[in-house]
Amino acid sequence: MATNAYEADVHSPRVWGKFNWEDPMALDSLLTEEERMVQETARQYAQEKLMPRIIEAYNDEKEDPDIIPEMGELGLLGPTIHGYGCAGVSYVSYGLIAREIEKVDSSYRSTLSVQSSLVMWPIYNYGTEAQREKYLPKLASGEWVGAFGLTEPDHGSDPGGMKTRAKKVDGGYQLNGAKMWISNAPLAQVFVVWAKDDDDVIRGFILERGMEGLTTPKLKNKLSLRASTTGEIVMDNVFVPDENWLPEARGLGGPFGCLNNARYGIAWGALGAAEFCWKAAREYALDRTQFGKPLASYQLVQKKLADMQTDIFIGLQSCLQMGRMMEDGSCAPELISMLKRNSTGKARDICRDARDIHGGNGITDEYHVMRHMMNMETIYTYEGTHDIHALILGRAQTGIQAFF
Amino acid sequence: MKLLVAVKRVIDYNIKVRVKGDETGVETANVKMSMNPFDEIAVEEAVRLHEAGTATEIVAVSMGVQQCQETIRTALAMGCDRGIHVKTDDELQPLAVAKLLAKIVEQESPDVVVLGKQAIDDDSNQTGQMLAGLLGWSQGTFASEIALADGKANVTREIDGGLQTVAINLPAVITTDLRLNEPRYASLPNIMKAKKKEIAEITPEELGVDIAPRLTTLKVTEPSQREGGIKVETVAELVNKLKNEVGVI
Repeated sequence: MATNAYEADVHSPRVWGKFNWEDPMALDSLLTEEERMVQETARQYAQEKLMPRIIEAYNDEKEDPDIIPEMGELGLLGPTIHGYGCAGVSYVSYGLIAREIEKVDSSYRSTLSVQSSLVMWPIYNYGTEAQREKYLPKLASGEWVGAFGLTEPDHGSDPGGMKTRAKKVDGGYQLNGAKMWISNAPLAQVFVVWAKDDDDVIRGFILERGMEGLTTPKLKNKLSLRASTTGEIVMDNVFVPDENWLPEARGLGGPFGCLNNARYGIAWGALGAAEFCWKAAREYALDRTQFGKPLASYQLVQKKLADMQTDIFIGLQSCLQMGRMMEDGSCAPELISMLKRNSTGKARDICRDARDIHGGNGITDEYHVMRHMMNMETIYTYEGTHDIHALILGRAQTGIQAFF
Repeated sequence: MKLLVAVKRVIDYNIKVRVKGDETGVETANVKMSMNPFDEIAVEEAVRLHEAGTATEIVAVSMGVQQCQETIRTALAMGCDRGIHVKTDDELQPLAVAKLLAKIVEQESPDVVVLGKQAIDDDSNQTGQMLAGLLGWSQGTFASEIALADGKANVTREIDGGLQTVAINLPAVITTDLRLNEPRYASLPNIMKAKKKEIAEITPEELGVDIAPRLTTLKVTEPSQREGGIKVETVAELVNKLKNEVGVI
């Protein structure tokens, strides 16, 4: 209760709160109890179980196969799906998970995004009941790993030009083609692959490891996202039975539905990486002394820290609002483009500046910032590059499509 | 066997605690709060006893402001069956908590009360012992291992000289130490299930307990800053300083 007239008047400039530099807009207070608990589980798991493993995983370009089942045990895979062994949490919870996991590394968040948004989501939304029952529980537990095949060697931003074909044959389809830059492909048991049918319509298919003619060579020597395995899906006359065809997906809208979901998670996740780098830079700037003063006492450093903080928290508030709109069905794909673009662009700058503040030490793995900086190149590029999302926003406000 | 677990809402262990400007306490507005880590260990132990079939029901109790329900909800998500929230905005000191718990014990008749050996905010380390005293029950404090069988509990305790195992009769109060177990994370499906579990609300007045503080806090201040030391050249100089400057010899 107010103790005097001034405190009672919320319009009075004499009533101010205390600035919390770590959470200036009190994001936690806008979350539900469920969301705070989910965030806590993700944070504890990420910090206690993933953080200790990341340096080795990144340096050796090795994805620990235990991680996906661990995530499954906690219910982090396909978390928004109701039933089929999934938790059915809110979209904001999903965003918070992405943010917490990506504070450790974008590879781990990518693994989670692929499984949840690009494999489980299409099976749930475009699949038959039999497909849901067969695949979702095992993907949710992490017993099976999934991969998503859309991008091809010659078709990245332009997936409509894909060359992979699905020819109707007796009892199913025969798939031919190659998919490139596929996260988890070398580990996966289940593949959601997009191909053009005899009528030139893009269709989705569920492939399984062991199908004849299916191979998944690993892509080596990446300089970014090194803790997640990337590869190709090569299909040489792969026979896919009718029951593995996703009936509810037709045209580019099929894969784009999945991508919208994944991009939503990336918008949150990229800011998690940025948050880690910002806090690391602040800490380092306070500890490191040059010319007899901590780096944090220099104006150029403070300006960088102020920019980082501002971009992160404005971005997170935007992601939260986008999440609420996802939940009530009012979120447009263009908004996801806006925030995927904003978060990854800002995060890339923040990670670079954080590396800069770390000086020479920032080059070494023990400070983590350069790893994040390298990862951001992928995050900025995959699932719609920064420029492509600008063109989507340009089209949305002018009515003129600038990409053909 | 029925277990009662007490869980306290405290400032998260990762937070750098700041003293309030007026020195009446510490800053808690917009500060992240969590379950007291020792109580998390108590919850984990209770859930393991449940999973092993030793316990049939676990009731989680927390006391204090409305938001304590979130702490109870976390305990429910870890595997407790239902919760009791003793709701009050007033300060609760260990004796008051012990008295309130004793009343709840009267109502619930658990076989064992499990709780953290202390809370990381005030580090009192009193509630469990006081509760056992009020109830006239046996107590096994600082447990690093608990074995329940045949109306008895073997509690291994961490003491200065090593480990001590005491055999106590049930009902009993057991307080948990750091090395008893590693608490699980609340999984997302269990968080969703916990939403449907019941949390009963009751006030100290309804329990008929006087919770008025017996201790008064005069002032809360930051620990004094550590000052740098000096090097002395000779033993004579050291003795001189200790004798004449510091005055300890």
